[in-house]
Amino acid sequence: MSADTPTPKFTGVLGWIDHRLPIVSWGYKELVAYPTPKNLNYFWNFGSLAGIMLVIQIITGIVLVMHYVPHADMAFASIEHIMRDVNYGWLIRYMHMNGAHMFFIVVYIHIFRGLYYGSYKEPRELLWILGVIILILMMATAFMGYVLPWGQMSFWGATVITNLFSAVPLVGDSLVTWLWGGFSVDNPTLQRFFSLHYLFPFVIFAFVFLHILALHQHGSNNPVGIDITKKDKIPFHPYYTIKDVFGLFVLLLFYGFLVFFAPNFLGHADNYIPANPLVTPAHIVPEWYFLPFYAILRSITFDIGIFGFTIIDAKLGGVIAMFGSIIVLFFLPWLDTSKVRSATYRPIYFWAFWILVIDVIVLTYVGAMPAEGIWPTVGLIATIWYFFHFLVLLPLLGRFERPRPVPDSINKPVLPRAQPLGPQAQPAE
Amino acid sequence: MRKLLTGAIVGVALLGYQPTVQAAGEIPPLMTRDWSFDGIFGSYDDASKQRGLQVFNEICAACHKLEHIHFRNLTDLGYTEEEVEAFAEQFFVTDGPDEFGDMFERPALPKDKWPSPYRNDAEAAMIHGKTPPDMSLIAKARVGGPDYLYSLLLGYDEDKGLELDPGNYWNEFFPGNIIAMPPQLYPDMVVYADGTAATPEQMAYDVSNFLMWTAEPKLEERKQLGIGFMLFCTVMALVFYGMMRRVWADVKK
Repeated sequence: MSADTPTPKFTGVLGWIDHRLPIVSWGYKELVAYPTPKNLNYFWNFGSLAGIMLVIQIITGIVLVMHYVPHADMAFASIEHIMRDVNYGWLIRYMHMNGAHMFFIVVYIHIFRGLYYGSYKEPRELLWILGVIILILMMATAFMGYVLPWGQMSFWGATVITNLFSAVPLVGDSLVTWLWGGFSVDNPTLQRFFSLHYLFPFVIFAFVFLHILALHQHGSNNPVGIDITKKDKIPFHPYYTIKDVFGLFVLLLFYGFLVFFAPNFLGHADNYIPANPLVTPAHIVPEWYFLPFYAILRSITFDIGIFGFTIIDAKLGGVIAMFGSIIVLFFLPWLDTSKVRSATYRPIYFWAFWILVIDVIVLTYVGAMPAEGIWPTVGLIATIWYFFHFLVLLPLLGRFERPRPVPDSINKPVLPRAQPLGPQAQPAE
Repeated sequence: MRKLLTGAIVGVALLGYQPTVQAAGEIPPLMTRDWSFDGIFGSYDDASKQRGLQVFNEICAACHKLEHIHFRNLTDLGYTEEEVEAFAEQFFVTDGPDEFGDMFERPALPKDKWPSPYRNDAEAAMIHGKTPPDMSLIAKARVGGPDYLYSLLLGYDEDKGLELDPGNYWNEFFPGNIIAMPPQLYPDMVVYADGTAATPEQMAYDVSNFLMWTAEPKLEERKQLGIGFMLFCTVMALVFYGMMRRVWADVKK
């Protein structure tokens, strides 16, 4: 089976449409015949799963907006109205709430898949950069969405995060007032967050379209990480459509478990208390998917300066580090100088990757801990490692690491599995 | 398949990972009960919810609001509509304006919300020093949920409380241990309609059951639908796994 399926000539109604508007042959080319490597593993399911989660979030979100009231005095009660009086409102609301968690789980796996298999390398740099833009938009959307129920954690999370912008030199305070639409987080803040929370998913949708357009230009990377010939590709349909449907039902099992049996497990109890500007919660903790970045933000507890002059105070330093931890991803295709894509053939990068995974898990844990005792130190070390990995280790590895011999075709590493590995498959040392 | 399992394990690990933040102060582990609503097949104990309503109405409702509950919701406890109407009639709510432009008081109807014991939060704060929290979401708004409510109601130490300023009470399970709510549950404070002995433990258990229902009234519906959904997805995943194997059979590895 190979991917040389010619686009058929459409007849009848489809042919009539296609002659005037070529969406039928375009859809056939991109979704049916689209040549895909035949050796993709299950980690390649997460791209389509992320797309499905986006659609679920948009649909449930649109239904929620039919009943939600974006006003500081009524938002909290309107959520309870949805939970109690709207038919299946509890289901839609819990799907949306936990859909955000699932979306991030899926996207983080998708990103680490890209890191492991070097999917960001030439010629897929723009594909990767579009992905980073989607991640940033997702984070903004999730943050603003969490504010909408107007619970205690909504209010205080919004206060803490918007206050970060006050670290900007000279115009910081004016900037925060402008963001708030007032002198504290209040009704104008809620209303603009609501407006943007409705807008951003559609912007994400547009970027997902570009992301897929860029993907289809050169096709998917694969676990071996080499450019493969047509004979090692298969049409997307039926092979990957059916694999994606299977993957979807497995995802729905995890998602369904959260929605139906543990809907508040990943949330904070404090967000069932209505927002109160006069009472600060004991611990203001962001949602789990922000914890690594929150830990990086809090890890900078010292001023940076020369000759006793403070150039960057601790607050600005933390903000720079936090935004920098995402900005650095834009430059990843050029920071990683190795020509070999897959970590399978990169003996040192393989370990660097897994240490980075552990590092991010440590940062997640530190982000959830109060900033006292051992945790700021652990957070600082993990933050330094995060930047060391991208800014120092990756550029050096490309020069000094000796990759294992990369096979000429994807059939090679699959076939010898039955017999012992030949000497050429050993590390080059 | 091995990689699928790896993925599944990673997924479970991600879902299972929930760092807990220990509040400042020494709070002992909560007293736990086997709640009938725990677990994927859990459902509410209607008799306990009805007793809990009685405890709430006769004791808690004097100071606490239940602002997200309408009287009509009480049919969920197993009451008939006539019983709910009769129950609602003992409350008075403000309605209006009438044809003269005046507000007036009338007996509550099932469509009405449970009225607040105060005209507003400022009055509540004036009476109690601080506003007693609304109870309708309290079981979801506190870490530990119903176990926390149960523990808190039974966690008073009146000897230690004697050393505190008037209006403060010592509670083992309250963060910081100093709580403004006086101890409430003493033996036989209510006379249960079904003849159950009204020990403090029984009353705390019943009212915690009731407050879990007020916080999560759709719990039974949710779990029932969830079981069907999980079965459906399991079957569909197996079916599509089989189909996928057949479709992929002609792909030369």
